[in-house]
Amino acid sequence: MTKVLVCILLLTFLPGQSDDMSVQDIIKAIDNNLNAKSRILTSKMVVHGRRSSRTIMSKNWVVGTDQAFTEYLSPPREAGTKMLKLGDKLWTYSPQTDRVIQISGHMLRQSVMGSDMSYNDMMEDRPLEELYGATLEGSVDIDGRDHWIIFLEAKEKGLSYPKRRAWIDKQYLLPIKEELYAKSGKLLKKATMSDIRKVQGRWFPSRFYFKDELKRNSKGTEWVINEISFDVNIPDSRFSKAFLRK
Amino acid sequence: MIRFLIKGLLRDRSRSLFPVLVITLTVTLVIFAIGFMKGTLNSLLLDTAVILTGHEKIVTRAYSEESQLMPNDLALLDVDRLIDDLNQDYQDFFWSPRITFAGLLDVPDENHETRSQGPVIAFGIDLLSDGSRQAEIWELNRALVSGNLPKDNSDVLISSKLANQLNIAIGEIVTFIGSTMDNAFTTYNFKVSGTFNLKKGQTDKQMMLVDLSGARLALDMDNAASAIFGFTHSLYYDDEAAVALRTHYNNTNSDSLDIFSPFMLALRDGNQMGAMVDISGAMLAIMGGIFMVVVMVVLWNMGLMNGLRRYGEVGLRLAIGESKGQVYRSMISEAVIIGLTGTVMGTGIGTALTYYVQENGIDYTKGIEALSNSSMVMPNIFYAQVTPDLFYVGFIPGVLATVLGTMLAGLAIYKREMAQLFKELET
Repeated sequence: MTKVLVCILLLTFLPGQSDDMSVQDIIKAIDNNLNAKSRILTSKMVVHGRRSSRTIMSKNWVVGTDQAFTEYLSPPREAGTKMLKLGDKLWTYSPQTDRVIQISGHMLRQSVMGSDMSYNDMMEDRPLEELYGATLEGSVDIDGRDHWIIFLEAKEKGLSYPKRRAWIDKQYLLPIKEELYAKSGKLLKKATMSDIRKVQGRWFPSRFYFKDELKRNSKGTEWVINEISFDVNIPDSRFSKAFLRK
Repeated sequence: MIRFLIKGLLRDRSRSLFPVLVITLTVTLVIFAIGFMKGTLNSLLLDTAVILTGHEKIVTRAYSEESQLMPNDLALLDVDRLIDDLNQDYQDFFWSPRITFAGLLDVPDENHETRSQGPVIAFGIDLLSDGSRQAEIWELNRALVSGNLPKDNSDVLISSKLANQLNIAIGEIVTFIGSTMDNAFTTYNFKVSGTFNLKKGQTDKQMMLVDLSGARLALDMDNAASAIFGFTHSLYYDDEAAVALRTHYNNTNSDSLDIFSPFMLALRDGNQMGAMVDISGAMLAIMGGIFMVVVMVVLWNMGLMNGLRRYGEVGLRLAIGESKGQVYRSMISEAVIIGLTGTVMGTGIGTALTYYVQENGIDYTKGIEALSNSSMVMPNIFYAQVTPDLFYVGFIPGVLATVLGTMLAGLAIYKREMAQLFKELET
């Protein structure tokens, strides 16, 4: 899901593209933009549960695709919880237990803070070109804007979403909508984005919506970017296990 | 007349002692066999009830549909009020909240890093409240392998299998990793106060037990519970009564349009439990029926033989002027007295024996442990059960069969020819 998110974010950095781009060009362009040097963002996640909604504030520090650090700011029960991703490893720190715990195995399939995103979604950051073969299925008009429809199929086993279909805005090069499928073709998740604005001279989507289609009666999760800055120097010490306890 | 017959029976032990002993023994066997069969079948149901279903279980309608997923975001809220209402409205049961949850159990090393980790299924049960019977129905004192029962809400009991797997020692701090009621990630430290072995095969392989209040803190479930379990005070499951109560509760308290309204399930409503309840009821009826028929044949035959054995005595009594009707009625009266005496004694001994086995059980631990690969929740100690019907069921073979046998044998009295009596007596 982070992949989708980063795709969405970074596709905004591409200038408007012409209709004659090949699907490989589009995927390459996406991958080129995925690997931003660094970014710091503050966001709000609104998890619409079956009974009520919860708002979780967090701050993220990200370098490339291998290093990410998240600190949860609110609500009080979540405040102080931190997560560190280094390559394919993920640790979490909870101030209540004062424990640094590596999340692995089936726990990676669990939802992040009760949202419609899983830890696995956060972990899969490798370039799309490496992971998927792409097919251009056609073009479609959505709300008066031209979109490509691209179908992606996994080249290797073990991915959370072996198949996915994305609707790419031709001007913003943003996947306005994406559907994520299991190998069997069963729809697992849906993602959309909106509220596109210019940030540091680039188009930037500030509101995302994710829905886990396997959760019955789920009303989905909204993710709203409040602030984002790119190419900021982030000290290496931030991405250490020791920093989790600070 | 009765006094006369009783005197006769007491003075002629060949007419009273042996028949009374046989009836007593037979009725004792009937009472104990039925009580033990009922108790054993109830033990099978009770183990499942304690761990999974209760005799009655209240959940939200939405939770009921997804219960296999342990969806605590669909848990019952305002549980204290619900329990108060239940205690007031359904006093034949005791009600207790339960939180069922799953996650990972992480054991730290001296640097607070993960030393070992494994999946765990946890039950938050009311262990610490005054008057709670949860420790009793889980038989935790017997199941405790080492350490102590939880004394506060951060204490946890770990199954000995899980403790061995993760190399956990008493007194260690372990971290539960899972999801709160809001599906948020949560970690919570528990102190291992003891280990237990339910001795029910693989049932407790990944099990840990915490007090309800500890589970509520860990999962952010203030005054909430996955379910409210109800058990009869005697712990005996009466399917008919349970189904009637469930129907009444749902008709009066559950709103079919509100997925969060409370919804009661009887034990038979659980997965395949209905079939199990029906099968156990049918088995009990068939086995009990066959046993009763056999016993009745034995006592009938005894009554018959007693009547025939007294052929000479009857002839003499007829010869000295007693009418056939008088003799016949006196023999039946004697049979009633003997039957009643034996049945009362048999019922007393049988119910006492049944009660003893109800309280102490018969331990089949070794046999059940040999079935440790079975996934079925199996009791290792079988208990009998004293039920009201045991106090009258013995009268069917004890009195009825004996009297019928005597009546059949006594019909021969009416076939005796008076003219032949003296010839018979001469020989």
